[in-house]
Amino acid sequence: MALAELNPVGRKSVVVGCSYASLHTHMRERTVNLARDESGKPGPEAFAGWMVSIAQSSDRDAFGEVFAYFAPRVKSYLMRLGANNDQAEDMMQDVMLLVWRRAGQFDPAQASLSTWIFTIARNRRIDVLRKERRPEFDPEDPALVRDADPQPDANVEAEQRHALIREAIDDLPEEQAELLRLNFFEELPHSAIAEQLGLPLGTVKSRLRLAMTRMRKALGELE
Amino acid sequence: MTEHHPDHETLLDYAAGHSREPVALLVATHLALCPQCRREVAAMEEVGGVVLEENEPSNVDEHSLDAVLARIERGDRPESTQAPAAGEQGGERGGEPSGEPEASAIPRPLRDYIGGSLDRVHWKRLSGKVAEARLLDRHSGFETRLMRIGAGGRIPVHTHEGREFTLVLKGGFTDEFGHYVRGDVAKADSDMTHQPVADADGECICLAVTDAPLRFTGPMGKLINIINRF
Repeated sequence: MALAELNPVGRKSVVVGCSYASLHTHMRERTVNLARDESGKPGPEAFAGWMVSIAQSSDRDAFGEVFAYFAPRVKSYLMRLGANNDQAEDMMQDVMLLVWRRAGQFDPAQASLSTWIFTIARNRRIDVLRKERRPEFDPEDPALVRDADPQPDANVEAEQRHALIREAIDDLPEEQAELLRLNFFEELPHSAIAEQLGLPLGTVKSRLRLAMTRMRKALGELE
Repeated sequence: MTEHHPDHETLLDYAAGHSREPVALLVATHLALCPQCRREVAAMEEVGGVVLEENEPSNVDEHSLDAVLARIERGDRPESTQAPAAGEQGGERGGEPSGEPEASAIPRPLRDYIGGSLDRVHWKRLSGKVAEARLLDRHSGFETRLMRIGAGGRIPVHTHEGREFTLVLKGGFTDEFGHYVRGDVAKADSDMTHQPVADADGECICLAVTDAPLRFTGPMGKLINIINRF
């Protein structure tokens, strides 16, 4: 079935909401590059627009764009965590279907699209491969303890947080960046990672702690 | 203000999706009570988003997109393979926190695992002042328990295999390492012996999880599993 037949409406004409506009303003103020980056990835405004089109007008072409970028990455993430090709393909399709179904819940003020899709993929893997539930707190829960001490940059838009984190990872010493990546791709306790890398456990723990401290500082959350 | 938090590795495991359900339940319930750790985990998940993005893309099946679009046309929904967290202790999935003052209301996700409120928990008395209720029994290798200790009551001295996390939900307790109140997480290793004593001014309710070795699934982990066999 051809995409063009499914959706004759040009997605570029879709009006995007105020969160996109404010995202744009914030990003300009911060002079974060919104154009395609060196890898050719479409900018966050393009993705935000596609997600709105999917949610509001069931735009198959917009979904095709999101799919083209994320599906191969979701699949390789799942494979690196031990799924075989067929399992990873099936789970990836489930994840992308959930991206479609939940497009209306995606809030660019709350999460960057990459992180939102990461959490869907992470949780799908727990569900399908480990056959467990994923307990999570509910932000709307009346019993949740609210943040009495909002951080100075608490209003920073999620895509901007994402850009700041990406830059901060690029700036990390390679040994810290590598451990941070391993943490997401290896389901190993730090003691086993230390053993494999021939490092003392304390070194692994302190590198990861340092790396996360740098991330929090980049977000303006720590002095 | 929470002063005792899960350790950094435990939070990283949770953010990366490596924690097993009993530990994840304890961490997530702590997050509901601790804005500081929520920010920490949010930053970790943001790292996960960057890692996902920068990861070398795999080839997807030629017909992947068509297959997903066809499922969209059919109205197909990927169902969870897991039953919702209800009836662990009988009762329904917990709705709003009911009947309890704010200072002891049980937050999600734990509320869903105990059928809505502490009133629904079937306590089993262990001694004069100590009662427990087991959760998540199907998770072999883990012990997941709600503990209720009367004012001034003592848990018998114990050690355990693996690590133990204890999240305070109501009241407080003291052991050799500190004083813990609602939202705090006490951590103990197998080489630590400790004897928690509940505060004198009221009962203490905690979620205690004792963990077990992880099962390894990553490429390096598979190698370790093979090595461990010999």
